Amino acid sequence: MPAWLVAALAAFAVLNVVLVIVTYVTLLERKFAARMQTRIGPYRVGPHGLLQPIADAVKLVMKEDIVPDAADRPVYNLAPIVFLIPCMLIFATIPFAPGLGVADLNIGILFFLAVSAMEIVGLFMAGWGSNNKYALLSAMRAVNQIISYDLPFIFSALVPVLLTGSLRLSDIAAAQSGLWFVFYPVIGQLAFLFFVISTLAAENRVPFDILEAESELVAGFRVEYSGMKFAIIQLGEYAHMVGSSFLGALLFLGAWSGPGPEWLGPIWFLIKAMLVFLLVTWVRWSFVRIRVDQILTLSWKLLLPATLLLLATTAVVIVWRTSGLT
Amino acid sequence: MIDTAVQSQVAIDYSAGERLTMNMGPQHPSAHGVFRAILTLEGETVVGVDAVIGYLHRCHEKLAETLTYAQYPSIASKTDYVAAMTSEFAYVLAAEQIGVVDVPKRAQYIRVIAAELQRIASHLLWLGTWCMDMGGALGGGATVFLYCIRERELILDLFESLVGARLLYGLFQVGGVRYDLPDGWPQQCRDTLATIEQRLIEYERLLEDNPFFLARARGVGFITRELAEDVGVAGPLLRGSGVNFDLRRNLPYSSYGDFTFSVPVEPEGDCFARYRVRMVEFRQSIAIVRQALDRLPDGPISSRPALKSVAQIRIQKGEAYARVEGPRGEVGCYLIADGSPKPYRMKWRGASFSNLSVLPHVLPGHKVADVVAIMGSVDPVFGEVDR
Repeated sequence: MPAWLVAALAAFAVLNVVLVIVTYVTLLERKFAARMQTRIGPYRVGPHGLLQPIADAVKLVMKEDIVPDAADRPVYNLAPIVFLIPCMLIFATIPFAPGLGVADLNIGILFFLAVSAMEIVGLFMAGWGSNNKYALLSAMRAVNQIISYDLPFIFSALVPVLLTGSLRLSDIAAAQSGLWFVFYPVIGQLAFLFFVISTLAAENRVPFDILEAESELVAGFRVEYSGMKFAIIQLGEYAHMVGSSFLGALLFLGAWSGPGPEWLGPIWFLIKAMLVFLLVTWVRWSFVRIRVDQILTLSWKLLLPATLLLLATTAVVIVWRTSGLT
Repeated sequence: MIDTAVQSQVAIDYSAGERLTMNMGPQHPSAHGVFRAILTLEGETVVGVDAVIGYLHRCHEKLAETLTYAQYPSIASKTDYVAAMTSEFAYVLAAEQIGVVDVPKRAQYIRVIAAELQRIASHLLWLGTWCMDMGGALGGGATVFLYCIRERELILDLFESLVGARLLYGLFQVGGVRYDLPDGWPQQCRDTLATIEQRLIEYERLLEDNPFFLARARGVGFITRELAEDVGVAGPLLRGSGVNFDLRRNLPYSSYGDFTFSVPVEPEGDCFARYRVRMVEFRQSIAIVRQALDRLPDGPISSRPALKSVAQIRIQKGEAYARVEGPRGEVGCYLIADGSPKPYRMKWRGASFSNLSVLPHVLPGHKVADVVAIMGSVDPVFGEVDR
């Protein structure tokens, strides 16, 4: 088989697997949230509601697609796609097991962070193109928040990079075969904590979901979307969420390392990623939303200096240990 | 003096380039019904508020003129459907004042029990919806909301076994109450109160140990003592602004003088103070219900004879104003009787209506997100605002 065909097949396979995971993550979250709230959650469609995501998708496909008269049509129609592409692209560099991934770039993590930040373009297009005041306010908040939180996100993700000495994601995963970075004394735990907080913010989850903020802005940037376009935005959001969970599991929880034979690796990876996802979900369903100015204060005055300091400390510790001064 | 200051804020040139006029409501997730706030925004900051009400107007006061004294109490509950007992209470008190109707002691105690349970149920719904305003239907707020609904359900169960209805009761009648406590009800009530008392501690730990909740509630939406008195807010808003006033203690009605309870007062005047006042009121209501159950006298539950026709009760000519301390504050009913089976005129004083009028004074200067937090802390019920 020619190399391009292999790459295309791999991309196709990963895309489909990711789509299935993303669809079922919604069910996982709904079940988890329901248990937190003394409810049962989806139960009617299929055994234990297992077919609920499919029913949801079918429902959304059948919904009427409404475009507001005042909308900027090209921007409005393009926005969901522009939003979805980076959200899906982030899976390209994630190795699900040694050698099992679409592209194991030597700058893998850089690619991940750069592409993941691009979702803001789609968000802003959606907010602007809808020509709706709620959507516009939400788009402004989105830009504000994502710029503020990408820096702490990147800095906390760079701590494992420093510990490994490589930007390649498979190297970072392999470096944790002995000790997962989350167990690295002090630095690891702090970096993981900051990573989770900035993931929450980058994913627009409660307590940082000011761009959706349905009690203020109804549904924020996607208030005018319906049917499949809404579904695509929703899909992109959850894909981004799952992608970040995989990144978290890879950077801090040792990716595919775990007991059992080697072929269990991807399953361990999936379990760990879902644990990160549930951690984020747990936070989401227990906190109230904070205000936009408080979010910015938290980022610029607390998280950014803290992550920078942590990064510098990590560098010093590594130099100290490798130069044999201990 | 305060009024002119607000006028200048409301009279804004809406065409100014950098300002955004945003409609919040009447169809809006945080509208708590149908409230429309036309906000003028500068960025995220609110500079002007134009509050529009009237979307839920149902001609309640006119309706009261067409219904007899036997019929209206069960309709009165539809003004404030979250605390249905309160408005029934105010109406029958006014009618009893004019007609000088004697109410048996047992009926008075049952009224107190119903009113205080209603206060707990109403405050539970307030806590849930307020947290949902701040935390989102897809976030921690919804979690608190569902916990609160779970407890409110227990109280609705109590009402169901007492009256048969869960939302709009019709328990009160001129001269007493319509139903006596069923067998085993006092014990069921005590169990429910014990559960709720336990869960209140959980809520407080969930919320007050939560820095994000404190960041949203503390120092937001200050209502000064002067403003509260000038605008005429009542209930938890008034007590949250440092005014020590509670009708149940200051002007006791229906045997409230028999019970010992304290009136919580918080001087700060922000959302957190109003939250604290209500959290203490939960406990005080529980204490009152327990005392009433302990000392419940035997005897008839109504001085009204059995009726053959709804038009049988006539109340002598006269007028009266009855005030009741509802969950949201003073609910007043002004009644003019002309000797016929129907009142000549009736006027409601809705607590939500007076409380809501404080919003244009408080909102300017806050962020959009605070608008919903402050509105939630005011706890308006639009059935009572518009009537």
